[in-house]
Amino acid sequence: MSDSGIQMTLVEVSLAWSLPPEHVAEMVMEGVLDPSGAQREDWRFTPQHLRQAGIALRLERDLGLNLAGVALALQLLDELESLRQRCPPGV
Amino acid sequence: MEWPMEYKDYYQTMGVGRGASQDEIQRAHRKLARKYHPDISKEPDAEARFKEVGEAYKVLKDPESRAAYDQLGADLKSGQQFHTPPGWQSGFENSGAGFGDDDPSGTSDFFQSLFGRRGSSARGKRARHSSADFSFPGEDRHATIEIELEDAYHGATRKMTLRVPEFDARGQVELREHVIEFVVPPGVKAGQRIRLAGQGAPGTGGGPPGDLYLEVALKTHARYRVEGRDVYLDLPVAPWEAALGTEFEVPTPAGPVELTIPPGSTAGRKLRLRGRGIPGTPAGDFYFVLGIALPPAGNESQNAAWRNLASQYPSFSPRATPGETP
Repeated sequence: MSDSGIQMTLVEVSLAWSLPPEHVAEMVMEGVLDPSGAQREDWRFTPQHLRQAGIALRLERDLGLNLAGVALALQLLDELESLRQRCPPGV
Repeated sequence: MEWPMEYKDYYQTMGVGRGASQDEIQRAHRKLARKYHPDISKEPDAEARFKEVGEAYKVLKDPESRAAYDQLGADLKSGQQFHTPPGWQSGFENSGAGFGDDDPSGTSDFFQSLFGRRGSSARGKRARHSSADFSFPGEDRHATIEIELEDAYHGATRKMTLRVPEFDARGQVELREHVIEFVVPPGVKAGQRIRLAGQGAPGTGGGPPGDLYLEVALKTHARYRVEGRDVYLDLPVAPWEAALGTEFEVPTPAGPVELTIPPGSTAGRKLRLRGRGIPGTPAGDFYFVLGIALPPAGNESQNAAWRNLASQYPSFSPRATPGETP
């Protein structure tokens, strides 16, 4: 069974990673997470967002990055990934 | 009897010499951690390398554990068979803070036999049970609850269901429902946190669970407004009640009170009931904020009454401001 239909609130994401909700909100404000919904109470997160929050948390803790640094790292990783896909190795 | 294990050359892992300064060790660690971080690296053995680097750094970053490690001798090579030296004492404490991977399952037998039993200290304030080799307290969790204003006045016992997302064995998200029961103490303020001991994330290796902190928010009330512990009620009165004064009974969350409207009251006037806001030390105050409700224009005799009123106040201008001629 896929978890693709699951939607979570800010508090639920923060419970999953044992983070204060304010910290997850900062991830949203830095662009690390991009939930649907305009107001904080209406934010809805997908399982993909939940995984992304875990990556962000590990990057913060393991590499001493702040959230702006995490956002930059994730963005560069995305760009790197799309470059890799456009230029497969050996071409 | 202890089995031999493989020696680990932590300096080699970090790519520094045995004489490296603490700064050099930190710089090497940062660089390697970025290189091999499993969420970043495309290297096939990134995760294993990341853990090795983390383990080496755990030992070398702390001058005491580094000195103890150095005592093992400089001639040993990685992979060489090794026994814990006799008399190896747990005379120092690895601080364990900082580098993220506190998970003991990621460390080698070598590390665990030398440094494991004294256990890297807990990230949190809770003391670890000393007998357990690797027990870690669970992390604290945080959620918000909305309570009724009346609960803040009188206190209450409430039950709610929290949905906690968890990953199953295949990495799929599932929502586990946790029913929690909590006591709202009388006098609780918005933003205050209620601690539920042991209701946080489960501990590992027999470690105690973390705590659950519930941040209190007050539900918006249909009648009352709350600022800190002060509570406000907009109270409309008829023009003649404001002008002549009156007494009547009004509701407050603490129960009905007999209120006296002094003669000559104006719209916006605040009447305070000291100490009748949300309880506490000090208790908040309760304010009635007067508004003047005008009866609608009505039949001929009612309109005549308004005209008669107007004729009694020939010089009254509601748009006059002090010091200005209307």
